[in-house]
Amino acid sequence: MTQNSPKPAQSSRTPMREQNPAVRAHNFDEVPLGYTETEAQTEARRCLQCRKPLCVGGCPVNVQIPEFVNLIVRGKYVDAARKIKETNALPAICGRVCPQETQCEERCILGKKGDAVAIGNLERFAADWEMSHGEFAMPALRPKNGAKVGVVGSGPAGLTAAGELIKQGFDVTVFEAFHEAGGVLVYGIPEFRLPKEIVKKEIGYLLKLGVVLERNFIVGRTATVDGLLGEEGYAAIFIGAGAGLPAFMRVAGEDSIGVYSANEYLTRSNLMKAYKEDADTPIIRGKHVVTVGGGNVAMDSARTALRLGAETSTIVYRRTEAEMPARSAEVHHAKQEGIVFDLLTNPVAVLADNNGFVTGIRCIRMKLGAPDESGRKRPVPVAGSEFDIPCDVVIVAIGNSPNPLIRETTPDIAVTKHGTIVANEADGRTSKKFVYAGGDIVTGAATVILAMGAGKNAARSIGEDLAKK
Amino acid sequence: MPKIIKKESLSELVYRYRIDAPRIAKMRKAGQFVIVRATTDGERIPLTIANANAAEGWIELIFQVAGKSTKILSILMVGNEIIDLAGPLGRPTHIERFGRCLCIGGGVGVAPLYPITHALKAAGNEITTIIGARSSNLLLLEHEMKELSDRFIVCTDDGSRGVKGFAADSVKTLLAEGEKFDFSVIIGPAMMMRVTAGITVAAGIKTTVSLNPIMIDGTGMCGGCRVTVGGETRFACVDGPEFDAAKIDWDGMIKRLNGYRSFERTSLEKHNCIVTGRPA
Repeated sequence: MTQNSPKPAQSSRTPMREQNPAVRAHNFDEVPLGYTETEAQTEARRCLQCRKPLCVGGCPVNVQIPEFVNLIVRGKYVDAARKIKETNALPAICGRVCPQETQCEERCILGKKGDAVAIGNLERFAADWEMSHGEFAMPALRPKNGAKVGVVGSGPAGLTAAGELIKQGFDVTVFEAFHEAGGVLVYGIPEFRLPKEIVKKEIGYLLKLGVVLERNFIVGRTATVDGLLGEEGYAAIFIGAGAGLPAFMRVAGEDSIGVYSANEYLTRSNLMKAYKEDADTPIIRGKHVVTVGGGNVAMDSARTALRLGAETSTIVYRRTEAEMPARSAEVHHAKQEGIVFDLLTNPVAVLADNNGFVTGIRCIRMKLGAPDESGRKRPVPVAGSEFDIPCDVVIVAIGNSPNPLIRETTPDIAVTKHGTIVANEADGRTSKKFVYAGGDIVTGAATVILAMGAGKNAARSIGEDLAKK
Repeated sequence: MPKIIKKESLSELVYRYRIDAPRIAKMRKAGQFVIVRATTDGERIPLTIANANAAEGWIELIFQVAGKSTKILSILMVGNEIIDLAGPLGRPTHIERFGRCLCIGGGVGVAPLYPITHALKAAGNEITTIIGARSSNLLLLEHEMKELSDRFIVCTDDGSRGVKGFAADSVKTLLAEGEKFDFSVIIGPAMMMRVTAGITVAAGIKTTVSLNPIMIDGTGMCGGCRVTVGGETRFACVDGPEFDAAKIDWDGMIKRLNGYRSFERTSLEKHNCIVTGRPA
């Protein structure tokens, strides 16, 4: 196992090359360029191959990290990718968008004194290598058991559940409301952070395993959960419909033309390809764009605005950088590209001209007070500190809540007062028999990998429950 | 993929497609809509389901050519497939036995009015209908609407058919005659709905309108179709498309509708230019 390990581990991690910020701020190509073989080798050799690896426990889907890293060291890149795929159906996606710094890498022993192993970068390397060099290999699937399972939503939770269920021998159909599969991976996360070609290939892999995809199928409308369980003969349903309903600020002028929810802005640009000059779906290309919010979605929006030609792109956030929910890498990339951060600032009104077009946003300065229920210091307004930021587009990226369609059409499923479905974290079981849920529709807006972990847990309990049936 | 099984031209720019869509035909109720895409990179177009037959598995859509996307849709022929068709979407109309109903449709708004009138009639209501258009050649579904109606009024802005004037004028006449109504549904251009609903609401008639704001996904995801109703932000796609006319912020709604006018024009002009080889 450790034949290649004795070399002294270097103390600092191998950086991943990136597009020059001045150039990339004006194109939609991916920002980090990936490791070369040599870089991957150098980085992989830093891994201590711990006997009791802590990193694995930091991963919501328990990727066998030391094993796949060791396969990279031994030059067996395709095998490394397949090792990851044993527990994670979407490695090329996770290698790009997981917050590794708060998960696997946070627990890496090397991180105690220096830099943790760049596990995410290595995952991406192995997955990309397999995509470009590997032949499709059918993994071990259990024989078909004759039972049908329906998966609602083709985002990270649904795709992971589908991948696990097909391996267990179920017939799996994924229902997607949009014309394209991928959920937030295609409508939300921009091309420069997650190329859509990568998402397509990872979904293509699931289809090769036998997963059936029904696009343009809105569960709750095209068929109800009860209809699928009843006359359509599904033995179980996994709901991974996400948290897609955008929240607004509820300030004056929010209905003005040029105020977008981040969902609308990103959907127009990503899913509907409004960033292309000849696209049918239009998008207002603001010269001065203000994005409200401090999460990954806010960073994605502000950076998309630059790429759509904005001269200035400003983030307005009511707390400080320390409280920002965005991944540190995203904040770092945004700063490099010239995004302006107006922190401790909160909008009080959107300003518009007589025709209703946005002309600016009125904000108030904030200061941090006593901690709130989330443990973060509560921002409080500084009286008399209002000021205006001139702009022509405002993007509201302050969060999403679950779409009401499923809960409204599935009356016997328990939901919280926030509209999320009540489901056990460990097994995805809901209050309704043979109905499971996971991802943002249970937790509210969270991360790709947490949704994947939930999809995986639910798939396991679906297997257990249906075996007893 | 759903196939077009019948195509009719109802007026110069208005088409009726019958589409093979058994699931939607089975699930749809009056007042609901679908999202259609005609080309791979095309827009998602929301269209109300104008009619459906669950037993035969089809739905009918009526649309007016307004921009590039509807123009391309209008070129499809019988036997062609619609690459994307999703639905039924939106909340169904609340149908009950109100008593006397006043159903008012303007322009292409008569298309979504038809299934609602049908459902109201089936629920045992007495139906008075007013349909209007700018001119006689733009009147839609006159025959079909007449069949459903106990009293039927046609009006045109130019007087080329029926009463000369707006639908609102005919409402005023009815009210002046002493007619009483328990419920009214009004569908048409935003200004027409605003003005006409102003009269029915003032007369104390509970009035519903069906809004057609800008939508991207149509499933509650983008918030582009948001409208202020009773002081609250509501999404036409999942909370509507029908709302209580008395509570709508019409100024905000009409302002937002106009936001993309210039884009639509440019897009259609570019398309025409490519198709015809000369600027529009």
